[in-house]
Amino acid sequence: MSSTNPLANLFGKSPFKGLQVHMRAVLNCVHEIPILFAALEAGDQEKVVAAKDKIFEHESEADQIKNEMRGALPKSLFMPVDRRDLLEILQMQDSIADTAQDIAGMLVERRMEVPDFMQEPMKALVMRCVDACEQSAKIIEELDELLATGFRGREATLVEEMVEALNLVEDDTDELGIALTRLLFEHEDEMKPVSVMMWYQLIEWIGDLADYAEKVGDRLRLLIAR
Amino acid sequence: MEIIETYGFIFMVMAIVFGLYMTWGIGANDVANAMGTSVGSGAITVKQAIVIAAIFEFTGAFIAGGNVTQTIRKGIIDPSSITNSPEILVFGMLSALLAAGIWLMIASTKGWPVSTTHTIVGAVIGFAIVGIGPDAVEWGKVMQIAASWVVSPVLGGAIAFMLMMSIRRLILNTENPFQNAKRWGPAYIFLVGFIISLVTLFKGLKHLNIELTVGMSFLSAFVFGLVLAGIGKVLINRVEVDEESDREFHFASVEKVFTPMMIFTACAMAFAHGSNDVANGIAPLAAVVSIVQSGGEVAQESALPIWILVLGGIGIVVGLATMGYRVMKTIGSGITQLTPSRGYCATLAAAATVVLASRTGLPVSTTHIAVGAVIGVGLARGVGAIDLRVIGGIVISWLVTLPAGAALAALFFFTLKGMFS
Repeated sequence: MSSTNPLANLFGKSPFKGLQVHMRAVLNCVHEIPILFAALEAGDQEKVVAAKDKIFEHESEADQIKNEMRGALPKSLFMPVDRRDLLEILQMQDSIADTAQDIAGMLVERRMEVPDFMQEPMKALVMRCVDACEQSAKIIEELDELLATGFRGREATLVEEMVEALNLVEDDTDELGIALTRLLFEHEDEMKPVSVMMWYQLIEWIGDLADYAEKVGDRLRLLIAR
Repeated sequence: MEIIETYGFIFMVMAIVFGLYMTWGIGANDVANAMGTSVGSGAITVKQAIVIAAIFEFTGAFIAGGNVTQTIRKGIIDPSSITNSPEILVFGMLSALLAAGIWLMIASTKGWPVSTTHTIVGAVIGFAIVGIGPDAVEWGKVMQIAASWVVSPVLGGAIAFMLMMSIRRLILNTENPFQNAKRWGPAYIFLVGFIISLVTLFKGLKHLNIELTVGMSFLSAFVFGLVLAGIGKVLINRVEVDEESDREFHFASVEKVFTPMMIFTACAMAFAHGSNDVANGIAPLAAVVSIVQSGGEVAQESALPIWILVLGGIGIVVGLATMGYRVMKTIGSGITQLTPSRGYCATLAAAATVVLASRTGLPVSTTHIAVGAVIGVGLARGVGAIDLRVIGGIVISWLVTLPAGAALAALFFFTLKGMFS
C-alpha cells in the first residue's frame, strides 16, 4: 500500500537540505587549510599530513553527497526553483572542496615550505579566503528561510545583502592575491624556477577558494531574482 | 418478491457483514491518508491522530454522511428499471460491496493503487450494466461524479495556494512574524470552524430533521467559528518564543504557533473524510435494507435510517483502532517535508473541498484531493520538492480501479443470482 500510495510518494528529497549538508562537508575541508599552513610554518610534517588526510576525507564525503543529490533530482521533480540553478550551485560548492584538495595534495607531494618573505601575506590571504567560504556557507544556511518565505520579501533582501558582503570579501582576496603574486615575482631570482611556478599555482588555487565561494553567492541571486 | 420474502433476513445479514467489512477497511487504510498531512508535519502524534480520527470520523459520518450515501445508493441507478424484480438490486448491491471489499484486500496486499470511492462506484455501475442493462445507469450523474474526480483535486490545490499566499503576506514576510502569527492565528482557526460548519449546516440536515434557513446557517457557522477561534486563541497564547531553535531556523517559533492550529484542521479533515467515505461502506447496505424492509418496494424517497450511519461510523473506528496505527506511521514518515504552516494550508484546503463534495452528494477520493492540496502549496513555492509522477499514478489508478471494481461486481452478481434464484 505504501509503495503506491500517492501521498507517500508525493515528496521528493528536499534539494535544499542536500545543499546545506554538502556545504557543511565543504566547509570542513576549508577549515583544515589554515591548520595545514600553521603546521607547515611550525615544520611539523606529521600534522601537515594529518590535515591533508582530513581534507581528502571531507572532500570524499562531499562527493558522495553530491552524487546522491544528483541521483535524487529526476526531471519530474517540481521545485520552487530551477533544477539547473540548483545543480550549478552544487557544482560550485564542490569546486571549493576540490580546490582545497588540490592545495593540500600539492603541499604534501612536493613537500613545499613557505619562504619567509611570504609567511605573513600568505596567512592573511588564507584567512580572508576562509572568511569568504564561511560567508558563503552562512548564505546557504538561509535556504530554509528563503523557502519559507517563497524566495521573496524581507528574507530575499537579507540574502542579497549577504551576497553583497561576500562580494566585498572576495574583492579583498583578489587584492591580497595580486599583492602576494607581485611579491613572489620580486623574489623569483632567489628561488628555483619550478618552485616559483608551483607557488604561483598555489596562490591561484587559494584565491580560487574565494572565487568559487563568490560564485555560489552569485548563483543564489538567480534563485531570488524573479 | 418471493425471493425477498424468503431470503430477506439472510440478505440483511450479508449486507451488514459486507458493509462492516468495507468500513473496517476504510478505517484501517484510508483514514491514514486523510490524517497524513497532519501527522507528517509533526504537529500531532500518531496516537493523537487516532483519537482525533476516532471521534471526528464518526461525527462526520453521522452528521454529514447522508448525501453521498444517497447518491451511491440510488443516484446512480434508475429505479424504474428494476421495479419488477427488486431482488436484482439486492444482489447487485451485495455484489458491489463484496467486490469492493475483496478488491481492497487484493490491491492492498499487492501494493496496487487503491481508492475505496472509485471501487464502489465502479462496482455499482458494473453490476447495473451487466445485470440490468446500460440504460439503467444514470449516465448524467455518473458524468457528474467523474467530473468531480478531476475538479476536486484542482479545487483543493487552488484553495491551498491561496491560503499559502495569505499566510506569507500576513505572517511570514512581515517584520515580526512571531507576533503576527499570534495575531492572525485565531483568524485562521475561525476560518476552519466557519467553513466546515457552513458547508455542513447549510439549509439544515435532513436526516436529523434539523431545518435552517440560509441566514441561520450563516449565523450558526459564524458563532461556531468564533467559539473555535476563542479556544484557539487560548492555546496560541501559550506558545513561547524558542530562541535556540530560532537561531537554526528563523521561523521555528512561528511554526510552533501553527502547531495548535493544526489540531483543528486535523479534526476538520477527519470529519470531512468520515462524511464522504462512510458512504462507500454503508450505501449499498442501506439500499438492501430498504428493499428488504419494505418487502420489495424500490422506494425512491425512503430516508436513510440512522442506525446504518451509526454502524458505518463504528466500522470505521474499529478499523482505525485495529490497523490504523501502523499504516499512519508509514505514511506520516514519508511526509516530513511539510512544516505546520504548510500542513495547515494543505489540510484545510482538502477538508473544505471534501466537505463541499459531501454536501453536494458527490463521492470523491480524499487521497487525491489531499495530493492536489499539497501540490497547490508546492505551486506557491512552499515545498522543497514534489514528484509530479504521482499525478500519472493517479490517472492510472482511475483506469485500473474502475474496471476492476466493475468486473468483480459483475462476477459476484451472477454468482449470487445463480445461488438464490
